[in-house]
Amino acid sequence: MRLLKDLFRSPSFVLGMSLFVLTLLLALIGPLLTHVSANTRVGLAYMPPSAAHWLGTDHMGVDMMSMLVQGLRSSLYVGFLAGSVATLVGTLIGLYGGYKGGLIDDLLTVGTNLFLVIPSLIVLILLSASIENGRSLTLIALIIGCTTWTWSARAVRAQASSLRNRDHVALARINGYGTFGIVFLHIMPYLLSYIFMVFILQMAAGILSEASLSMLGLGPYDSVSLGNILNEAKTNEALTDGAWWAFTPAMVLITVIVFSLYIINTSLEGVFNPRLRK
Amino acid sequence: MFKNHPRIGHMLGRAGWYFVTFLVAVTINFFLPRLGDANPVDTIMTKVSDGLDAASARAKEEAYLKEFNLVEVDASGQVKHDARGKPMRTSLGSQFINYLSMSLRGDLGGSILQHPKRVSEIIRTALPWTLALQLPTIVFGWLIGNLLGALAAYKRGVFDQVMYPIALLASAIPAFCFGMLLVYVLGIRLEWFPAVGGYDDGLTSEVSWAFFQSASYYYVLPFLSVFLIVVGGQAIGMRSMCIYELGTDYVKYAKLLGVKEHRILFYMFRNAMLPQLTGLALALGTMVGGALITEMIFSYPGLGMAVLTAIQGNDYPLISGCTLLITICVLFANFGVDVLVGLLDPRIRTAGQTGK
Repeated sequence: MRLLKDLFRSPSFVLGMSLFVLTLLLALIGPLLTHVSANTRVGLAYMPPSAAHWLGTDHMGVDMMSMLVQGLRSSLYVGFLAGSVATLVGTLIGLYGGYKGGLIDDLLTVGTNLFLVIPSLIVLILLSASIENGRSLTLIALIIGCTTWTWSARAVRAQASSLRNRDHVALARINGYGTFGIVFLHIMPYLLSYIFMVFILQMAAGILSEASLSMLGLGPYDSVSLGNILNEAKTNEALTDGAWWAFTPAMVLITVIVFSLYIINTSLEGVFNPRLRK
Repeated sequence: MFKNHPRIGHMLGRAGWYFVTFLVAVTINFFLPRLGDANPVDTIMTKVSDGLDAASARAKEEAYLKEFNLVEVDASGQVKHDARGKPMRTSLGSQFINYLSMSLRGDLGGSILQHPKRVSEIIRTALPWTLALQLPTIVFGWLIGNLLGALAAYKRGVFDQVMYPIALLASAIPAFCFGMLLVYVLGIRLEWFPAVGGYDDGLTSEVSWAFFQSASYYYVLPFLSVFLIVVGGQAIGMRSMCIYELGTDYVKYAKLLGVKEHRILFYMFRNAMLPQLTGLALALGTMVGGALITEMIFSYPGLGMAVLTAIQGNDYPLISGCTLLITICVLFANFGVDVLVGLLDPRIRTAGQTGK
């Protein structure tokens, strides 16, 4: 409770949380606001915003507002799924290596560092380019999760290895707890706040990765995402035609989501780590 | 072996580690594009087979299969056939060995999209642009971001309150969004700078004053877009690092002793620099990735653009050639940072002397 009170007293947390909740709300109730589907043409190409179409139309004459709501939903979905996968994989590897130490830890650390150095975008490009058919939104999210887990593994490992020599862990070991019992019952609870922070950053990374892939034309074939909207706008000359409504809303949304996640993360850090609070 | 020269030992260890990473990267580069069943020859054949009769189409296909080392060849250079008369495909393993030995000779295979051209040729013209864009932006962005971050942590007050949110926002804006914004506002609306391309259309890529002038004019927007994002991210990291340092015992003790302020600042800066440098090594991959996308937004004639056209044309050899080269550059940069850390970190410098 103290923690929550501290959190809501921090202006950056309140700002970040309200921005994030706003985008969530837009994604949830958005379909009610837009009465046309994102697959039907409602007018000419690049019609400027009007009372009927708040954000104008895109190069195909599709209502921008409905595209945006759908894109937002897909991007949040990718962020959530990719973030969960990356956090899960990274946490398991980090906890296990950090607690075990020795050779297993060394091997896991070398592996993690290896994939940390090789740019994840490169692995993403190679993987997505090889899956020519069936690049669905879910598959892309899973691929992103499987390539961006590295730094969460590194971060969690450092924390877990600092806990492994604590008295309560030694006590659990003497009492006959197995490795998994100790890791999940005696180490992970101490790191939950940390893992949550990792998840928030991984979510932001997932959303950014999907958008980057879509900008390269390697995005999902089955849904509209914010990155897809930007890519379509760029390839269909929205910039040179001055059709700002075709790309600025998507840009603002991506930035707002990532920005809100970042400041939620830093404010959590401030509350969990009193040293930074002063 | 290197007990008296801990730095050399450290660097040799790192070099060995990077070599292993390089091998893994090469392996990934070979196998990932081949996970799908897409095959470069099929892609070429769909383009050239129009209007050919079956026999000459087969002959052409075999010639391409041979060129991309996808079929077994006998001693006289003829394609081997199996019992049913089909060309015998080489196994993935022998393709891999072939790929390795070719890569070591600097040959990355032939491009599909720009067919007779070699991948290494395309990369050779694109690489200088990418290096010229990314090296200065990352180095200067890192330096200036760290200075700003340290200042904000030390001064706090108004400077910090203004700088911190701006830096946070700058680091949260995705590279491609910022790039598109710059293209639209400064390039197309205000027409201050050319929006896309690397140099004026009429010029050819050469060493001349006119070319340099034109190229630097086109350089401004892509530079700005990567630079500001790097500055923002680094400033945030350095700021929290310095706030941490300010709370440590040695700073408190130095203050009690009455050590001059600028000396304390110097100690603090030096100590916070080291983790920031290690952080740079870890962030390089992301930075380079972001800058690649930025290149595409600006149609900058570098590797990012080459990757984009390769993806659009299903040009697998070119995709994996570019990604391999980008990975190698990132590995080299990382090694450079590691060497620098080894030179600066007092713990490594004195590691061998503690036993004496």
